[in-house]
Order: sequence, then C-alpha cells, then structure tokens
Amino acid sequence: MTAQNRSDDDRRTVLVVDDDFDFLEQYRLKLEGLGFRVFTAESQAEGEKLIEEVEADLAIFDLMLENPDGGFVLGYKMKKKNPDVPVILVTGVAGETGFAFDAATPEVRNWIRADLVLDKPLRFAQLEKAIDSLMKD
Amino acid sequence: METLRVLVVDDELGMRRGTARVLERQSVELADLGVAVDFSVDAAADGAEAVARLRAGGIDLLLLDYKLPDISGLDILETIRREKIDVLTVMITAYASLEVAVSATKNGAFDFLAKPFTPEELRSVVEKSARSVLAHRQAQKLAAEKRQVRFQFISVVAHELKAPLAVIESFLTMMDDRTLGDEMADYADVIHRALVRVEGMRKMIVDLLDLTHIESGQKKREIEALDVAAIAGDCLENAAPGARERGIALQLTAPGPVPLAGDRGELEIILNNLITNAVKYNRDGGRVDVAVERSDGAVSISVADTGIGMNEAERGRLFQEFTRIKNAKTRHIQGSGLGLSILKKLALLYGGDVAVESEPDEGSTFRVSLRDAGPDAVPPAVAAAANRGDRGS
Repeated sequence: MTAQNRSDDDRRTVLVVDDDFDFLEQYRLKLEGLGFRVFTAESQAEGEKLIEEVEADLAIFDLMLENPDGGFVLGYKMKKKNPDVPVILVTGVAGETGFAFDAATPEVRNWIRADLVLDKPLRFAQLEKAIDSLMKD
Repeated sequence: METLRVLVVDDELGMRRGTARVLERQSVELADLGVAVDFSVDAAADGAEAVARLRAGGIDLLLLDYKLPDISGLDILETIRREKIDVLTVMITAYASLEVAVSATKNGAFDFLAKPFTPEELRSVVEKSARSVLAHRQAQKLAAEKRQVRFQFISVVAHELKAPLAVIESFLTMMDDRTLGDEMADYADVIHRALVRVEGMRKMIVDLLDLTHIESGQKKREIEALDVAAIAGDCLENAAPGARERGIALQLTAPGPVPLAGDRGELEIILNNLITNAVKYNRDGGRVDVAVERSDGAVSISVADTGIGMNEAERGRLFQEFTRIKNAKTRHIQGSGLGLSILKKLALLYGGDVAVESEPDEGSTFRVSLRDAGPDAVPPAVAAAANRGDRGS
C-alpha cells in the first residue's frame, strides 16, 4: 500500500487501524461505499507509518491494538501532524472494564486526542452519521 | 530485612526493658522463608494502654502478661478476636498452669512463655512466632496474586471471545441492512468469514476446557501402556484431508512401536496440537515430518514443517497463553492462542519439555520429550504451579 498524491484522486481519504482483519474489511466495504479512499493498517506500528505517509481527511482507530492504549497514541500522532483531521476512537473497553469515557467536552477532547469515541460493537449507520457530522464543517 | 513490631505488655518495668533489650539486639534468619527479621519493640504497662496500641494497628507480635493491673490478659485476647485485630499473641505468665494454657489457646494465643524465662527461651519463642507471622503473610500475598491471575485470565478470555462475536454481529448487521445488495450470492464472502470466526470460537472453548482440566488437576488420568507411534499415525490421518487440500505431504518416521506409560487423551492433545499447527502454519505444497522414538527412558517427538517460521522475538512469546503471532502471514489462520501453552503444561506433566527451532520462511521444528507417567509422577497441580513459576510470576 503506497501513499499516492491526493491530486490524482478527488475522493476523501480515511485511515483505519484495527487489529482484526475482518473488521478492516468491513470498514473498507462501508467506507468505500461512502466514497472514501481507504488506507488500512493492522497494528499501531503500521498505523504510525500510515499517519506519516498519507494525507488523511479522517482517521478511525481501534483503541486496543498490540498495546492496550494504541488508539490513544495514534490519535495523538494524528493530531500532532494535522490538528484539523477528525479522529474517531472505537473501543470495546467500556463493556469489559466498566471504564467508560467519551469525548463530549473540549477539555476531554484535548486530553484524549479524539473528536469522538464510539463503542463496539459498531453499527455502521452510527458511524456514517458520526462521519457526516464531523466532516460537514 | 523485615522488621516486625513487637508490643510487650507487662506491669513490671524490668520485664519490659529486659525483653526490649534482648529482642532489639537480635535478628533472626528464616532461611526457609528466605527472609531475615529484626524487631522494633514497644511497651505498655497496663491493659488499657495495650488495647489502645493494638487498635492503632501495625503491631505484628504481642507479648502479653496474663496478669495485668487493670484487666486480665484473657480480656485482651477476647478484644483482639472480637475486633479482628491482626496480631500474633504469646502469653507470658508466672502462673503457667495447664488451665491458663488451655484457656489462652482457646482464645487465640499462639504460644506461651513461663516466667521467669531466660533470654534464650524468649528468643526461641519469638523466632517461632516470627516464622508464623511471615509464613502467614506470604500465604496471603500468594492468595492475592492467585486471585489477580485468575481475574486477568477471565478478562483476557472475555476479550478474546468478544472480538469474534463483534465481527460476526457486524457481518450479520451487514446482511440485515442489505449493505452489499439483495442477493444471497452477494454475501458469500461475508458468510464464509463469519463461519470461520465461529469455528475459531469453538476451537477456543475446546482449548479452554482442555487447559482448565489440566490446570485443576481434576481430570482423571488413566495411565496405560501406549504406543506413541500409533497415536501419531492416527493424528496424522485426522490431519490428512486438510493437508491434502493444500498439497502438504505428511510423513511419519518411527522405529516400530514406541512405548510410553501415559494417558491416551493427553497424548492425543499433544500430537494433535503439534500436527495441526505444522499444517496450519505451512505453505501450500510443503511437508510435515513427524519422528517418534524412545531412548534413555524418554520418548521424543519431533514435528518439522516447511512453513512460515518465526523470528527470535516471536519465538520468545510463543508459549504464553493467548499469544498468537500476529503478522501479515498469520492473519488468515485461526487459533485460540492456547494450543502451545497446553502443550507445554502437558509436557511438564510427563517430566519433559518443549523446544522449538525456527527460521522465518523456512519452517519450524518442535521437539517434545516425555517420560513415563507413573504412580510417582508429578501431580498435575504441582506441575501447573511449576509452570507458572517458570514464567517468573
């Protein structure tokens, strides 16, 4: 997978990082259906490379990758590179640990470098709505 | 060095000072527990002061005079018991009668010291008490660690089962929403992948049951004379259809029957694990060579594949529970991450071990050695504990 120049393709670009191959394929189907160019990575390490190489318009990171906080780190790096790229964190953590969090206030969004936190299992209708609201401005 | 806090309760000033002098000068080496202990000594002259000190907490060992000016030593024992104060009590008394001994012990005293006592007697009783305090403390710590390990294990199991469930749920949602079209045929891939994940969950549950049976030591082992070569042959036959589909050749080398005293079910788990892995992580058109022999009282099994292999870092993590080597080459291969951890535990039951050699893209060879299981074989629970120790927990 190589990063191409954005000018030869006027589709918006999304980065998706999830350690589950099947989830990545589901994202790809759905997001391509929404008219995105989709770049995927299966690990935090690959994800970091992708952030560097690709000019993204949107990023979706699973929280638990090979490190339990991999999604946080990716969110931080994405925002460091370009603070204007909306970041969605997807997590199944709340159900397992009772540790729930969101990104509802500016203070939290500044601490967790994400614009939105979505819980797994993810409904793609919900994702679509989230993308619409994050990308309309 | 651990410091135990001792409280001496006696109305005679000489006794309090003398005891402090003896104890504060000595340290005790408890080699069996791997600790050395010294003492810091506090004193109280009457029962009320003693109770106040005990309630404040932090006292490990109480040297308690039976006869105090205000209340009886037995009343203090009663208070300790009622308020569940965590302290070990040695009763000191000039009236070392059987009657006092019995009633103090009933009330929770650990030991006795009869007045007058020599410094040696004091030291000996205190050393015995210190050993008991520390052994108890270590047992508590171990129990807490065990609880923690169990909790972590359950969390990991829950996570590992939730991941495929979420995938399957999401595939079904795609079908429900007609995401890919209205025809059944549009969903062939989706259905196939969902079935693969269901199969993965089933395999994980079977492996979990194997693992808990082995660890609990509750599974009844039926030790009989086995022929490991014959069992290997059966397992190869089971693996043959899958191997044939991918053009993988299977080969068994054995000098003839290879005898071992063992449990058939356990041997089948060992060989099935080794052989299915060798097929699973192989390349199409590759081969699996199984060799079984007996020498020096041990059976050795080696299973060599021509598969994707592993690098050194991956090899190091291999036998941990729920470790699956995740990379581009393994992502289509389903596994519970428990197989090799089961294999290792079983090998330990047979006084043996598992070793692996591997080269990335060339293949891996797993070697398992097993000794006869017999009446004097290591009981499962001990072996499981040994294995946990192995991993440095």
